[in-house]
Amino acid sequence: MWEAFSAFSTVLTQPELLALVALGTFAGIYIGAIPGLSVTMAVSILISFTFSWDVYPAISLMIGIYMGGVYGGSRTAILLNIPGAPSAIATALDGYPMAQKGEAGVAIGVTTVMSFFGGLIGIAVLAAAAPLVAGFALRFQPRDYMLLALLGILLVGSLSNGSLTKGIFAGALGIGIGSVGMDPLTFTERFTFDIPLLRQGVSFIAVMIGLFGVSEALTQLHHIDTPAIKQKIGRIVPSWASIRKHLPLSLQTSSIGVIIGALPGTGGDIAALMAYDHAKRITKNPEVPFGEGAMEGLIAPETANNAAVGGAFIPMMTLGIPGDAVTAIMIGALYVHGLNPGPMLMIDKPDMFWFIVGALVMANFFMLIFGLTGVRVFTRIVEMPRAILIPLIFLLSIVGAYAVNTSITDVYWMLGFGVFGYFMKLYDYPLGPVILGVILSRLLDDNWRRAIISVRESLPKFMEGVVTSPLSLMLFVSVILIFVSQTPLWAAMKRRVYGMQNKGG
Amino acid sequence: MQSPKQRRPGELLFAIFLTGLSVFLLYNAYGISGFEALSAPGGIPMATTFVMVITAGLVLGQTVRQRAAPRGLFWQQVLPPLVLVMMAMLLAYALLLKPLGFLPVSALFLIVSIQILGKQGWAFSIATGLFSLLIIYLTFRIVFTVLMPVGIVPEGALLAWLRALFGGAP
Repeated sequence: MWEAFSAFSTVLTQPELLALVALGTFAGIYIGAIPGLSVTMAVSILISFTFSWDVYPAISLMIGIYMGGVYGGSRTAILLNIPGAPSAIATALDGYPMAQKGEAGVAIGVTTVMSFFGGLIGIAVLAAAAPLVAGFALRFQPRDYMLLALLGILLVGSLSNGSLTKGIFAGALGIGIGSVGMDPLTFTERFTFDIPLLRQGVSFIAVMIGLFGVSEALTQLHHIDTPAIKQKIGRIVPSWASIRKHLPLSLQTSSIGVIIGALPGTGGDIAALMAYDHAKRITKNPEVPFGEGAMEGLIAPETANNAAVGGAFIPMMTLGIPGDAVTAIMIGALYVHGLNPGPMLMIDKPDMFWFIVGALVMANFFMLIFGLTGVRVFTRIVEMPRAILIPLIFLLSIVGAYAVNTSITDVYWMLGFGVFGYFMKLYDYPLGPVILGVILSRLLDDNWRRAIISVRESLPKFMEGVVTSPLSLMLFVSVILIFVSQTPLWAAMKRRVYGMQNKGG
Repeated sequence: MQSPKQRRPGELLFAIFLTGLSVFLLYNAYGISGFEALSAPGGIPMATTFVMVITAGLVLGQTVRQRAAPRGLFWQQVLPPLVLVMMAMLLAYALLLKPLGFLPVSALFLIVSIQILGKQGWAFSIATGLFSLLIIYLTFRIVFTVLMPVGIVPEGALLAWLRALFGGAP
């Protein structure tokens, strides 16, 4: 208990770490607030710069950026109707109408306080639930891990924009990219095409920076002439009465955020949309109608997306399964520092877990402070012209890809994936599943082989194991359901059911 | 009946490319270990590339059924001149990074791209480009201690001079 507390307060007791969390949160809010810069992009570029650091400072900086970035996305959603991050899509629905009415300051103030509140609940649930989940996860069979990884990739594919077919394709492509190189068990070459360079595999950092840095910046070139909009901001700190009034709703939406965030494959964006929907259903008489600047429509997504951060850390820390693209990259960061997220990390290195919880708490506090004090400075930065921003992203992407292995080949990979990702984005193929596939490829492959070898290569026995274990069965049915939902048979069935309902109603 | 969605310029070509790539990768995955055993190293690659072939095929089918994109829009909507120029500049940057070194190539890249994208005059582009480079260099070279190709600039001597200037030579 004492060790846990001591690890938890590491960030507080070491000024250097505290400063890094503060710096990260500050930068995260900026990055989240600038349209075209995403947290995913920032964290993936940052991994390459911090890989030579000790693990604590590196993680401190990244956690700050993550927490700040999720919140920062709301800033442009309110001011410009451009969500800085996918998790702020729902925020724009009522935030922007508020800004149009000249209430941008109130909207930002409420968003900040509620994001803080949601964030704290998410972290509290993480601290309470993760050790229990890790204990339970020890009983997981290799087949459960395999199914869980598969489910995560499929869910990210099905819930992101675009069709599920494209999502599944992207996930499979990611697994394929992740398996390039020498097979670690048999030393057989896979997808190397007899090219010696490919034997080491493709650097996942190069893939990440290409997909989330360069492709995003290339896409931004289409909007180079969109002018930045200036906004006036008045009172920021919200009144206590307004906070107290919305406390019950924010408790509910925070819970939605944690639960959705904790499901593998679902992150802050889905949590925010679901919370918005929930608020719309339970608020009978809003002072202002939803979609026209309702306070409830702002509070719900903002509490949920920040609560989802704590939630997303649960499967990441306890199972090694990322919740979304950002947590996939965070897992990558832990790998780079020689840590292997999963139940064993929680048992062998509980101090690492408690350190992360402590850093998240501090990042949350810094978010509140910077959010309420630095508003005017932030609006200036958001107005930074794209003509300077885009070349800088390109430059940082190249430097980042080169820095990890001081290898120019990684730069070529990164650029290749950047151009490929540009076309994928343009034609609505989601990029999140690709990176989830790359990160989970090894876990999927290892656990499938372990599972099938343990039943002496017998598929019927493997299926028997799946059917007789409630957990495996549940995961298996979920995976199958996602697949079936894409077949014409399912569409026909849906039409029939709806048809019958319409006739009946 | 609803008229089918219109596809974007180049979308069909991209769908064909992905299907072809998937088939090629499936063939390659089969070559790893064939159907030797379920736990063979080629098992997961074969399964994933098989899924890729099916899904890419489905997407191709959907794309074919969509109404064709109007001709002549590819170079406006998909690869406009600005995107092409930036892609070329990125490639040039990557090719010149090793021989010329980080500082001159980055300075050139930043100045030229800010000029192309911002159209605010060379004085502005040079000032902004060099200032941004200075910030990046100080942050990443000094704080993050990232090693970048030195090339033609005597960076070691420069750093030693800077250290001597600020902290006195050790």
